[in-house]
Amino acid sequence: MSAVHELAPDAASRAEGLAHQRIATAVMVAFFALAPLVAYPVFLMKVMCFALFACAFNLLIGYGGLLSFGHAMFLGTAGYASAHAAKVWGFPPEFAILFGTACSALLGLVTGLLAIRRQGIYFAMITLALAQMVYFFYLQAPFTGGEDGIQAVPRGKLFGLLDLNSVWAMYALVFAVFVGGFLLIHRAVHSPFGQVLKAIRENEARALSLGYDVNRYKLLAYVLSATLAGLAGATKVLVFELASLTDVHWTMSGEVVLMVLLGGLGTVFGPVVGALIIIAMENYLAQIGSWVTVVQGVIFVICVLTFRRGVIGELGRLIGKPL
Amino acid sequence: MEIFGIPTQALFGQLLIGLINGSFYALLSLGLAVIFGLLNIINFTHGAQYMMGAFCAYFLLTKLGIGYWWALAIAPLAVGTIGMVIERLMLARLYKLDHLYGLLLTFGLALIIQGLFRNEYGTSGIPYALPQELSGGRNLGFMFLPNYRAWVILASIVVCLATWFVIEKTRLGAYLRAATENPQLVQAFGINVPRMITLTYGFGVALAAFAGVMAAPIYQVNPLMGADLIIVVFAVVVIGGMGSIMGSIVTGFALGLIEGLTKVFYPEASNTVIFIIMAIVLMIKPAGLFGTQR
Repeated sequence: MSAVHELAPDAASRAEGLAHQRIATAVMVAFFALAPLVAYPVFLMKVMCFALFACAFNLLIGYGGLLSFGHAMFLGTAGYASAHAAKVWGFPPEFAILFGTACSALLGLVTGLLAIRRQGIYFAMITLALAQMVYFFYLQAPFTGGEDGIQAVPRGKLFGLLDLNSVWAMYALVFAVFVGGFLLIHRAVHSPFGQVLKAIRENEARALSLGYDVNRYKLLAYVLSATLAGLAGATKVLVFELASLTDVHWTMSGEVVLMVLLGGLGTVFGPVVGALIIIAMENYLAQIGSWVTVVQGVIFVICVLTFRRGVIGELGRLIGKPL
Repeated sequence: MEIFGIPTQALFGQLLIGLINGSFYALLSLGLAVIFGLLNIINFTHGAQYMMGAFCAYFLLTKLGIGYWWALAIAPLAVGTIGMVIERLMLARLYKLDHLYGLLLTFGLALIIQGLFRNEYGTSGIPYALPQELSGGRNLGFMFLPNYRAWVILASIVVCLATWFVIEKTRLGAYLRAATENPQLVQAFGINVPRMITLTYGFGVALAAFAGVMAAPIYQVNPLMGADLIIVVFAVVVIGGMGSIMGSIVTGFALGLIEGLTKVFYPEASNTVIFIIMAIVLMIKPAGLFGTQR
C-alpha cells in the first residue's frame, strides 16, 4: 500500500493538525448551512448524500488501504430497503432510514467476510463481482420494480412531527445526517481503532505479530463503511423519492472512487470536495448527456497520472498541514 | 429424447452456448493473467479492448471491404499496437506506485473508450455477417451444430494452448516467467525488460481483440459488449487464481459450461452463478483453485 500513504499525510495529524481540521470542519459545516440561501437546495442535498457516501468509501481506502470497487451495493441496498419500508410497509422516515442502513450493514458483514480474505487488486475485483451479483439480484427481484425502480417514495413526517415534504425540513435532516456521519468517521479515525487500522495498512504482518486480530479490524472497518454508505443511500432515496438501479450499478461504484480520488485519497475533506465537484459537473454537463462518462474517464486518467494527491491533498501540502 | 426431464436438444444447445461463452472467458482471463503476471496490473480496459477488436473488424469490412479472415489477423495487431502505445505513454509511469493505480487508470481509459464509441454508435448492436465459409451447420444426431460456433470453440482452444505452450515450453516464455519472478535479475542478464513488458501488454490486449473479432458475428458489434463481460471475467480470474496459465484456460471453459447448465436447470440464477461460485471458492480456497497466495 506504499503509494496510498505516500499521499496520505495523516500520520502527522496530531494536536496542531487537529486544530486546523477543527477550523476546516467549521468552515465546511457553515458552508452547507448557508449555501441553500444562494444555491438550489436539492442540488446541495445530493452533494451531501454523495459526500457522506464518499467519506464512507474513503474510510476504507484511506485508512484501511482497501479499495472497494463495489460500494454501490451498499448505497443501493439501503435505498431499496428504505424505499420499500416507507412505501409498502408505511414506516415513518426515521425508521425507514434505520432499516435501510441496517440492511446495508448486514450486507457489509456478509460480503466483508468474503472480501477481506484477499487484498489489493483481488479485493477490488471481488467487491466488484459481489456488487454485480447484488445488481443482478435487484434487476430480477420483483419488489424493486426492475428498470422503473421504486417511485413516489413518501417522505412522511419525521418523528411524527416534522413534515419532510417541506424542502427546509428535508434539508435540515440531510444536513444533520451528513454532519453526524462525518463526525462519526472523524471520531473513528482518531480512536485507538483508527490507529490500529492505520498500522495494519502500513504493515499488516507487524500489526499481526503485535497481537492485533487483523481480520477483525478490517471487517469492522468494512462494515462501518458499508453502514455509512447505506445511511447515505437511504437518505438520498428520501430526498429524490426514488430508488433505482442506477444506485447499484458498477458505474456508481466507479463514481465514488472518482470523487475520492479527485478530492484526495486518505484526506479528511477530500471526499466532500470531490463529491461537490463531480455532482456540480454532472449538473452543468447534463446537456451534453452521454459525454459525462468520457469526461469522468478523462478525470480518472489525469488524476492517476499527474494529480494523485487530489485537490485537498495538494491544498494540504501547500499550507503544510494535513486536511 | 430427454435427460432429467430436459429435452436433449435444449440441454446440448445450452451446453454449446456455455462452451462458446467459456471460450471468451478463457481467452479474456488468459490475457488478464498474462498481463498481470508481468505488469502486476489488472487491465480494466480489457473489456473495452475486446469491443475495439469487434469494431475494428466492422470498420475493416464496411470501410475497406476486408473480410473476417483478414480481420482476425489485423484487428489484434491494430488494437494490440494501440495497447502498446497506452502502456508506453501511461502505464509505464505507474510501475513504481501501488498497483491499484494501474487499476484506476485502466478503469478511466475503459470509461473514455466505451463512452466515445457509445456516443458515436449508440447502444443497439450492429450486425456483423458470418463468414461464408462457416455459414450453415451440421447435424450431429443429438443436436444441430452451427459451423461458426464449432470454429469459435476450436480456434480459442488452439490459441489458448499455443499461448500456454509459448509461455511454459519455449525460451521466450522462460524469459517471461523469469521476469515475472525477478525483473531486476533478468535485466542484469542483458534482456530488455521494459520492451518485454510492452510486448506482453500488447499481446494480452491482442488476445482480447481476437476474442472480440470472433464474438462479432455471434453477439453483434456493440460499444458496451465488454463492459459487463469484464466483471464476469474478473470473477473467473478470482476463481482460477492468476498463478497458472493452464488454470485460467480450464477455469474459463469450465465456468462457461456451468453457466450453460444453470440456464437449463435454474435460469433465474444464470446471471449470478459465477459470482456465487466465486464466493464459495473464496470461503474454501481464498487463493483460487490454481493460484498461490501472494
